[in-house]
Amino acid sequence: MAMKTEPFVVNIGPQHPSTHGVFRMKLTLDGERIIDVDMILGYLHRSMEKLAEERTYTQNIPFTDRADYLAAMTGNLAYCLAAEKLAGVEVPERAQWLRVIMSELQRIASHALAIGTFINDCGAWHTPLMYMLREREKVLDLFEMACGARLTVNYMRIGGVAFDVPDGFVPACRALVKEMPDRIAEYEGLLLENEILVARARGVGILPADMAIAYSISGPMLRGSGVAWDLRKADPYAVYDQVDFDIPVGTNGDSYDRFLVRMEEMRQSVRILEQGLDALPGGPVNVDIPVALMPPPGETYARIESPRGELGFYVVSDGGPAPFRFHIRAASYINLSALREMTVGLTVADAIVVLGSVDIVMGEVDR
Amino acid sequence: MPFDWLRAGPPLAEWWDLRDLGNAVGGLLGWIDDRGGPSWLPYVVSGLIGIVGILLWSVFSQLFFVWAERRLVARIQVRLGPNRAGPLGLLQPVADALKVLTKEMITPRNADRLLFWASPILVMVPALVVFAVLPFGERMVLADLNVGVLFVIAIGSINTIVVFMAGWSSSNKFSLLGAMRTVAMLISYELVQVLALLAVVVFTNSMRMGAIVGWQDDFNTWIVFVQPLALLAYIFAGAVEINRTPTDIAEAESEIVAGYHTEYGGIRWGMFQLAEYVAGFAIAAIVVTMYLGGWTLWGLEEWVPGWLIFLGKLYGFFFVFIWMRGTLPRLRVDQLMGFAWKYLLPLLLVNVLLAGLEVLIWQENGFAAEAVLPAFAVANWALAVVLVVGWGQVLGHLRPEHRAKRPVLVKEVGAILYEPYPLRPGGSVPEA
Amino acid sequence: MPTRFLSGLELAQRIEQKLPQTVVEALPEWVEVQPEKLVDVCTFLRDDPDADFRFLASLTGVDRLDHFEAVYHLQSFRLNQLGVLKVKSWDHDDPEVPSVAPVWPGAVLQERETYDLMGIRFAGHAGLRRIFLWEGFPGHPLRKDWLSMPGQRMPGLHRFPGEPGEPDVGRG
Repeated sequence: MAMKTEPFVVNIGPQHPSTHGVFRMKLTLDGERIIDVDMILGYLHRSMEKLAEERTYTQNIPFTDRADYLAAMTGNLAYCLAAEKLAGVEVPERAQWLRVIMSELQRIASHALAIGTFINDCGAWHTPLMYMLREREKVLDLFEMACGARLTVNYMRIGGVAFDVPDGFVPACRALVKEMPDRIAEYEGLLLENEILVARARGVGILPADMAIAYSISGPMLRGSGVAWDLRKADPYAVYDQVDFDIPVGTNGDSYDRFLVRMEEMRQSVRILEQGLDALPGGPVNVDIPVALMPPPGETYARIESPRGELGFYVVSDGGPAPFRFHIRAASYINLSALREMTVGLTVADAIVVLGSVDIVMGEVDR
Repeated sequence: MPFDWLRAGPPLAEWWDLRDLGNAVGGLLGWIDDRGGPSWLPYVVSGLIGIVGILLWSVFSQLFFVWAERRLVARIQVRLGPNRAGPLGLLQPVADALKVLTKEMITPRNADRLLFWASPILVMVPALVVFAVLPFGERMVLADLNVGVLFVIAIGSINTIVVFMAGWSSSNKFSLLGAMRTVAMLISYELVQVLALLAVVVFTNSMRMGAIVGWQDDFNTWIVFVQPLALLAYIFAGAVEINRTPTDIAEAESEIVAGYHTEYGGIRWGMFQLAEYVAGFAIAAIVVTMYLGGWTLWGLEEWVPGWLIFLGKLYGFFFVFIWMRGTLPRLRVDQLMGFAWKYLLPLLLVNVLLAGLEVLIWQENGFAAEAVLPAFAVANWALAVVLVVGWGQVLGHLRPEHRAKRPVLVKEVGAILYEPYPLRPGGSVPEA
Repeated sequence: MPTRFLSGLELAQRIEQKLPQTVVEALPEWVEVQPEKLVDVCTFLRDDPDADFRFLASLTGVDRLDHFEAVYHLQSFRLNQLGVLKVKSWDHDDPEVPSVAPVWPGAVLQERETYDLMGIRFAGHAGLRRIFLWEGFPGHPLRKDWLSMPGQRMPGLHRFPGEPGEPDVGRG
């Protein structure tokens, strides 16, 4: 006897414990198996791109904090690079190195949170998250020391950084650099070979390399799929061409690979930090630019490797004091394009794990 | 003559002998009986005393353990936990209970009102009723059924229906998913539970809880020494039954919000929470009684009240559940059921067979227990290790993809190192 | 080695060799192609071993007051080069350009975003719906003339989206 069944639609989000904000995933289920996924965005849309057209170039920097609020430093950096490219501003050496240091600190903080929430999504009862938050907290303390803010730092400026770091910063950062490798090794020991985690994440949400490229996936997701691509090496900005580091690459493109890549990237970031602290030169940290910076008409696309992937700023100037067009190429938004490919055929529990491994930040997705 | 079971065995101690609270109750019942009241009166009085006692104990234990769990998990999670209300935050559960009692209870518009209203009450029943047959001390048992083990299993499975009622009547999709998961899961683990307890019954030759503890007392051994595998399986099945973290699939927070009790608020939610803890205590109490020697502690029960030993073991064992919650991620529902059917069930069948063989050897040849039990213990522990590891290896070899690995480190950009996901020996890509 | 920026002139030359009469304008910064030939050009650039633009880095639209342009940043991983492609639509009221979603599935979400905020319709896109704003939102807010689009718009909303009442006309 054939049973009469019908698909079952479940809305995961916008208010749900593990959609990382206000993401809404509309799952069509056959039992627990997903037959269709639709995503509904925009609950956090703040029309940033329109607002930015009304403000001067410098006034737009805080928007970049609030787009990807878990990686404010890299957001700042990408925008400042775009504005500098447009206006032809040269950045002093010390500021360049400070930018690298801050970006890598931010990467550690962001990846720590991403790993913690990912394992939370796998069902661990907040324990890994709390450990990861502890590491993130240390980075945020450093940010507070450098610029007084912890989350929305607003630290970078067009032509450098807002202010020089205080005297205590470099020793405090060195202490973190000294401590971090042991911590990461400890977490790897606890998490990497956890049978349940492996069972939950291995082979779940596979994204083959060709599909990842076709879907414009970037960042740890792209690297997890086996593509050795990192803008820090491919298109070095700031002084990334002077530091030595490796790109961790996964081989199977599943959720577990993305987790592994993030874990290893934290270690590589510590390596970069070490070199950055050794190389940090003296000198000014910014150059004077006019308050109402008026770049010549033109357009530019500046991109960096943010913790979530390729963060690009496409800025068009018409010669006026405000950008004519300000577009954020948000990595985690575009990384969601492959969500359907990754989740159809899996179960509800897996969909949550896959979403956790994408590491979205709704501020950046919706902007 | 009523109260045979009270008057059988060792002579009654004085009523004030607190080593066994059964003495006081027994004294009271004897006194009522001697006054020549109606013959049902002592039954009613003893029943009431037992019920009120268990109820009060479970509620206070729950309040304490909410605090203890939060503090302990906080320690596991490098934070402090509740420490503001009262000394060391001890009054936190009281404050929470007051909050829960005063919160509004919302009934969804499309809910099946009768079932929605009844399930938070009914969910307490199986959790509490189990304690009727569990001996807290030598005479501290409400109803020493001769089929205690059967009773425990039967009552445990009622839980499934109540949870399904709650999930179905909420008319919420998350609740329904949670309820379906619970049913699938509990039915699988019912079997594991039965087989794990059966191995004990084979050894002790009785289904009476008191007799099982008596057996462990007589031979000065705990069942866990001769049946480690059964205990392991029972802990897992118990964790499934009480929905704690590695197996909290029915109320998986990160997936289906709160599962079957998503729509419950206020004290209704509090009842589910209470029932979860009490069921946890019940599982711990069954483990303590069946595998860890109950109220006995190698003669110490002569000096220390047996019920204190029992509670000590119970709370100590409950810590294992807290610990599991603090450390492990959650399994997926199909993995959990696969674990029951593919892993635990074959092992337990072998285990029951071995237990029967051992008892047969022992009884047929009339060996002395002192000689034969240590031998069995050594053999069974060795076998348990071999079986657990061996069967795990066998199943693991069927899944080459189930291995941890490391990322590849490269220096140059542009290369593509993707390789398709490892295939099973059969050659097909695993179904996700 | 930093990414090589493939200049528009070089790119135009390469496109012209294979698909003559498609390039409209070539500058060092970008190359503009005819909208009708966009999909062919993109397919060619993706598959051509010398261009190898398999990765659509960014897709967006710009309101140039009298016309709209869609901007495509294309990236090759193997050759590590970046090229910029543009398409213009001179119909300012109802701009339409072909969709490149069949060439790069990564364009699906970016085109939906551009459609939602800028109002450029991508012909051939299978699910061209609004993504950040809700269905029924009046106008496309990233247009420079958004407030002077038909219907006397004012910034702000008078009610929450989806609330009963008259349809959202006039305010956006």
